[in-house]
Amino acid sequence: MNVLECKNLKKAYKRGNFVLDNFNIRIPEGKIIGLLGPNGCGKSTLIKLIAGLLQPNEGEITVCGVPVGEETKAMISYLPERPYFNGSMTVNELIGYFKEFYADFDEDRAYTLLSDLGIDPKAKLKTLSKGTKEKVQLVLVMSRKAKLYLLDEPIAGVDPAAREYILSTIVNNYDSEATIIITTHLITDVEQVLDDFVFLSYGGRIIASGSAEETRINTGKSLDQLFREVFRNA
Amino acid sequence: MAWSFASDRPVYVQLAERLRKKIISSEYSAGEQIPSVRQLAAETAVNPNTVQRALAELEGEGLLEVRGTLGKFVTEDREIIERSRREQAKSLVRSFVASAAEMSIPTEELISMIQEEINERP
Repeated sequence: MNVLECKNLKKAYKRGNFVLDNFNIRIPEGKIIGLLGPNGCGKSTLIKLIAGLLQPNEGEITVCGVPVGEETKAMISYLPERPYFNGSMTVNELIGYFKEFYADFDEDRAYTLLSDLGIDPKAKLKTLSKGTKEKVQLVLVMSRKAKLYLLDEPIAGVDPAAREYILSTIVNNYDSEATIIITTHLITDVEQVLDDFVFLSYGGRIIASGSAEETRINTGKSLDQLFREVFRNA
Repeated sequence: MAWSFASDRPVYVQLAERLRKKIISSEYSAGEQIPSVRQLAAETAVNPNTVQRALAELEGEGLLEVRGTLGKFVTEDREIIERSRREQAKSLVRSFVASAAEMSIPTEELISMIQEEINERP
């Protein structure tokens, strides 16, 4: 069954200026997918449309067969590009919020991940560094048992050691019934965790897609190399 | 600690190579249970389906056995492990000799260099 389906999706912030122009995709369950593309190609817009934070001008999006709306919010765990939490809250309070908000939130898992990362749950968010805030946010997002995880640039703001931890947390959370979509321009860092990839160009045009391993076997190239070649000629 | 891989070769091939090495070197000994797909994926930060594919490769070679729902175990058949060890050693030597031949290093010299290198090892 498809976890996500986008049909003839169009989105413009300014009249006639389409960030996504007739975008179509079908994504099955049990996959880790890399949505890869240069800045401004519509990655975050697409993610926000799927999360139900933006409305498309045309077209439709379904998550597990359900049109995006209240019901799909319970199925989607979304990591935004930037943390949105109130800085005066403590990590503990935030966990309380998530527990109350999301029936699928696993509190024990959240505390385990926090302690693995050496984050003090009593700390106020505003006292934490940018990278640590991002880690807290990822912990909360990955502690839900969702059908679809949308991770918008999950590793952009953290150091290489934390990147590894984050990627292994993502992999560790893998569930054959859930799908994880990761957007990033740091392709080398995510290569080995991906099942499939989608290269997005401006206007949300898909210029290449497929299985990461098959692509490496058939071309003898890494996704990163391929990305550079494709976008040099694009 | 995530493992790093050459990005232009299939990850499952590289992962299978490393796990094969662990079996040959008895880091995973004969008859021992190996970590689950999930554990290996978390340890290496590799996609679980890719890990599964690497393990299937080793199963195909007879190095690993699935025991029902218990998990995957290193074979107890030491002959299979020994054969794999010889194959690996042979392919290592083959590529080494081929590289040396490209540089036209005389056989006598090559053999004495190998001996010297071995003697100098701590």
